[in-house]
Amino acid sequence: MDNQATYNYRVVRQFAVMTVVWGIVGMLVGVIIAAQLVWPELNLHEFLGYGRLRPLHTNAVIFAFGGCALFATSYYVVQRTCHTPLFAPGLAAFTFWGWQLVIVLAAVTLPLGMTTSKEYAELEWPIDILITFVWVAYAVVFFGTIVKRKVPHIYVANWFYGGFILTVALLHLVNSCEIPVTLTKSYSCYAGVQDAMVQWWYGHNAVGFFLTAGFLGMMYYFVPKQAGRPVYSYRLSVVHFWALIFTYMWAGPHHLHYTALPDWTQSVGMVFSLILLAPSWGGMINGIMTMSGAWHKLRDDPILKFLITSLSFYGMSTFEGPMMSIKTVNALSHYTDWTVGHVHSGALGWVAFISIGSIYYLMPRLFGKEQMHSVRLMTAHFWIATIGVVLYIASMWIAGVMQGLMWRATNPDGTLTYAFVEAVKSTYPFWAIRFVGGLMFLVGMLLMAWNVWKTVAGTKPYDAPVLAPAGQHA
Amino acid sequence: MSDFVSGFWSVYVALITLVSVVGCGVFLWVQSKAKGTAAAGQAETMGHVWDETLQEYNNPLPRWWSWLFYITVVFALGYLAAYPGLGTYQGAFGWSSRGQYDGEMQQAEAQYAPIFAKYQSQDVKAVAADPEARKMGERLFLTYCAQCHGSDARGARGFPNLTDNDWLYGGAPEQIEQSILDGRQGVMPPHAHLGAEAVKDLAHYVRSLSPDKLAYDAARAARGKEAFATVGCAGCHGPDAKGMQAMGAPNLTDSVWLYGSSEATLIETISKGRTNRMPAHKDFLGEAKVHLLAAYVYGLSQGTAGKP
Repeated sequence: MDNQATYNYRVVRQFAVMTVVWGIVGMLVGVIIAAQLVWPELNLHEFLGYGRLRPLHTNAVIFAFGGCALFATSYYVVQRTCHTPLFAPGLAAFTFWGWQLVIVLAAVTLPLGMTTSKEYAELEWPIDILITFVWVAYAVVFFGTIVKRKVPHIYVANWFYGGFILTVALLHLVNSCEIPVTLTKSYSCYAGVQDAMVQWWYGHNAVGFFLTAGFLGMMYYFVPKQAGRPVYSYRLSVVHFWALIFTYMWAGPHHLHYTALPDWTQSVGMVFSLILLAPSWGGMINGIMTMSGAWHKLRDDPILKFLITSLSFYGMSTFEGPMMSIKTVNALSHYTDWTVGHVHSGALGWVAFISIGSIYYLMPRLFGKEQMHSVRLMTAHFWIATIGVVLYIASMWIAGVMQGLMWRATNPDGTLTYAFVEAVKSTYPFWAIRFVGGLMFLVGMLLMAWNVWKTVAGTKPYDAPVLAPAGQHA
Repeated sequence: MSDFVSGFWSVYVALITLVSVVGCGVFLWVQSKAKGTAAAGQAETMGHVWDETLQEYNNPLPRWWSWLFYITVVFALGYLAAYPGLGTYQGAFGWSSRGQYDGEMQQAEAQYAPIFAKYQSQDVKAVAADPEARKMGERLFLTYCAQCHGSDARGARGFPNLTDNDWLYGGAPEQIEQSILDGRQGVMPPHAHLGAEAVKDLAHYVRSLSPDKLAYDAARAARGKEAFATVGCAGCHGPDAKGMQAMGAPNLTDSVWLYGSSEATLIETISKGRTNRMPAHKDFLGEAKVHLLAAYVYGLSQGTAGKP
């Protein structure tokens, strides 16, 4: 064994463990700000007020939790499907420590109020530069591994990971173009409506590439692996991959309907958002149909439960998204909690579920074990989290539609039927339900942490030997 | 009119958009014609294996899914023909967001203006006594005024209470109406140049004037009284410190405090000054709605209005 080359599991282990840690931190902050909406007196200190913690929550769950899950799984998948250890292991280690530093800096600067005020890109310019270095290193490691692969074909999961890495680099560079004033303050290169358009071109593609393409890469490895079935359709994966990455690029303007953005831009954003429906569903179909012949496994395999449920939520949110991009619907839904619910059916139901399932798959393998410490606890996690998500999005649907209807209601004399504050007051019960839903999701993550701890405590890290490609066995 | 600096960009954008939309459909069509390796219904794998077990079938694209894709492409083309989306092309329907806005505003004006006009010719006091008008005024107040003055119109720190019959600029109907129409700009100039001791003396003098029996240092208050007359305070607040409504200078001898009566707050007010602004609503709401609002606000302190 000593002489045999092994996969680089070290960096995968590090990112996998931090996925769980940052998941708990990010969701805890989410639960706190959900509580602050119900009990405003919980805004205890300037540093801990809703306005400071909200970007901390979004950054922590997207870039810390989601980012670590993407690093962990992409590093694992690319090595194993290329049948070669990671290229440039030193750079891979740098991406881990560099990314953790980015997260810690975010956790310090955001509560202090240092922000560019661009949504999902709040971090100030020195951190942006650090992100750029880490991301370039990530690309070198990932594509370097692809280059030295021992199999002729690149597995479909790697297309999605690769597309995600390249596009996020582009998005980050363009949107973070800023002019530093001091060490902790910069101003955007863009002004007015151009700034808004660049911001939401970035913002929507952060959803499309960070939170969708990357996680579809995860889906294409872990679903067929755990189901033990071939991917349903290579053809479908080709079509939906190219259609997805092409179409997402156009969809950003739907965040700016009925604003100063020119009408033509809004229309183009809307029609491409609608075209996006089928490419998005292509991924869901390919994942769910892969289960053909293996549906019985769903009964007692919590990992598959997480993976398949995530695809259902993915299909639901990618139907809801195009519908909300229709201007008439958007006129009702925009600025309401419906948007918040939509984001969370994607973020919790899709992104978090597929990550949790994948991490449950990975964790024992990274520590030389057969299975997680407790399968029953994984099942409990699944049900608690599922009920949590459903409470969350159902309450936000009702709250959002109610707010939209209350805001537009008028009296016979043309005056508004409801003062703004009346809509706020009416939303309290739904914010309370959302708080409970979020809390349940957090409790599930705590079960996961305990389960992971019991699985890995006392074990030695395990690096699997590099496998020869299948063709060479014969 | 145009969002483009030259006609070239309009054509450029329109062309790219059209090619992209059509391209999605063509791409799908080409890909669904491509021969799969598998006979229909009998799926075979592509023949590649990764990581021991990973394989791919090559099932044809689900037909319903392809149709869904085509329908969205066709809808997109139809939409772009009907609505603005291809450069400067305005769309067959001639729709624009500005046009829609203007149309809705005109319709609202035609529908609602007579309702408000009915009251505009009436005296504010008469309007304030009309329960129906008061309800309309209240709804306007809750939409446009409550953000600063509060849903109960009792104000907040820096925002005057409108229910206590104490007025910075006067409580006569015309004065209230003018405050709302044209707004008000309140300025208390800073007096830090007097020195910390003198400012503190003035603060104690002001505290001594209040009927609230605020604690004060008599020696400081005496010195402050002298300074009040000589350093310029009396110019706005009057020799008797009862204020001057023409300038919006508050009465310092009552129990109403816009920013607070503590020694520290008064020192801050005197040394740093205060600037406050009531925005003008004439252009924004129009005179008819302001008339109703003035009546509502007037009624609040006349014991004629119910609780909002």
